[in-house]
Amino acid sequence: MFPASFEYVAARSVKEAIELLTQHGEEAKLLAGGHSLIPAMKLRLVSPRTLIDLGRIPGLSGVRMDGKSLVIGALTVHTDVASSDLVRRDFSGLAEAASVIGDLQVRNRGTIGGSVAHADPAADLPVILTALDASFILQSASANRSVGAQDFFLDYYTTALAPNEVLTEIRLPLPTGAAATAYAKLPHPASGYVVVSAGVLIEFNSAGGCASARVAIGGLGNRPTRALASEAALRGQPLTASVIAAAAAKAAEGTDPDGDIYASAEYKRHVATVYTRKAIEVAVGARHQA
Amino acid sequence: MTAEAQYAPVPISLTVNGARREAVVEPRTLLIYFLRENLGLTGAHVGCDTSQCGACTILLNGRAVKSCTLFAVQANDAKITTVEGLARDGTMHPVQEGFREKHGLQCGYCTPGMVMTAVYLLETNPDPTEDEIKHALEGNICRCTGYINIVESIKWAADKTRQDKGGKHVSR
Repeated sequence: MFPASFEYVAARSVKEAIELLTQHGEEAKLLAGGHSLIPAMKLRLVSPRTLIDLGRIPGLSGVRMDGKSLVIGALTVHTDVASSDLVRRDFSGLAEAASVIGDLQVRNRGTIGGSVAHADPAADLPVILTALDASFILQSASANRSVGAQDFFLDYYTTALAPNEVLTEIRLPLPTGAAATAYAKLPHPASGYVVVSAGVLIEFNSAGGCASARVAIGGLGNRPTRALASEAALRGQPLTASVIAAAAAKAAEGTDPDGDIYASAEYKRHVATVYTRKAIEVAVGARHQA
Repeated sequence: MTAEAQYAPVPISLTVNGARREAVVEPRTLLIYFLRENLGLTGAHVGCDTSQCGACTILLNGRAVKSCTLFAVQANDAKITTVEGLARDGTMHPVQEGFREKHGLQCGYCTPGMVMTAVYLLETNPDPTEDEIKHALEGNICRCTGYINIVESIKWAADKTRQDKGGKHVSR
């Protein structure tokens, strides 16, 4: 399978990438790891006239601390997110999500920024990043802006990225007190994509109960959904098995997923409650180990 | 049907199995086709051509990747190892030996990709558990379903590598 012919430009800086984007407009596409874009180009679902390769720009990959945030460069590959000591220490749920994407070879090449910008509703990272209240740094010629995950993912494969912007960083606010994160996924048995998944962030109070929680679910709609009813049912409560079960049972409230040949809508809604419970249990277990 | 526009070929320079190679490629040339057709390295195979089967796996700067899902231009300046580059002075790599010793292949089509993934696995994790081997092979499909012997081959190679390095031989 061969993509349609295109012009290739290796950008040397983010500034140059933005200039090229501005110059070529909608006929250009940014290339990061290419593990969503190249398959789509081979199927000719997209045929950009110009491909702007971000892969040679120095400084766009890696994980670092910046004050009260963990910062992940947009070109960081999944393998490096999953194995980063900083990610594993503070956001083990993100490390888990990055380690179950695709397969080993895909994780060696696919990038966190590419996955976020592609916004596949069956992808792993948008779900956990929504739970972790991530912000995305979008750079244009005139300004940098920061958009929270909640406002970034708009629809199937649709984000708040403007045509002349480049996603450069993913920023995760460090929890102020004791906290734990987790990600639990039911993968499609053939493709490995998400059927349903749940990402959670639990902040603990001094009694070891739940001070606050964020729960995001994948697979129930056109973008990650927040399980607000589950969050409310956890907030301020002791994390007993019955509290967790009751909160998880509300995970699909307010959702109206489409069924497909593999999973009916009813099944997806049910499985969302199961995987939410699993994710909460993992987070609570991590707290007890710490 | 209108003819597609043609865009300027791009010069690339890369190291393949230790040798410097220079070429001028059309941007849409996938790395697997560059290796097979321009360089004549037909060890890596085109299986599914959709980044699922892993028959095209090579090492790019030391990491196992699927060469059907990269453009050759992306490999400019990179170091590539294909299955042809594993043997040293006529001596097979322990993973290759393992596949022979444990009969880790039937038709052989998936083998170069399996071998390259296994080489990468053992470089990053010299003593993998059976589960870790299976997890690492998720992106390599064997249509003969010969997975049990493939896993055995990789275990054999891990043991052999440790033994060669003077470590205690662990029999499994």
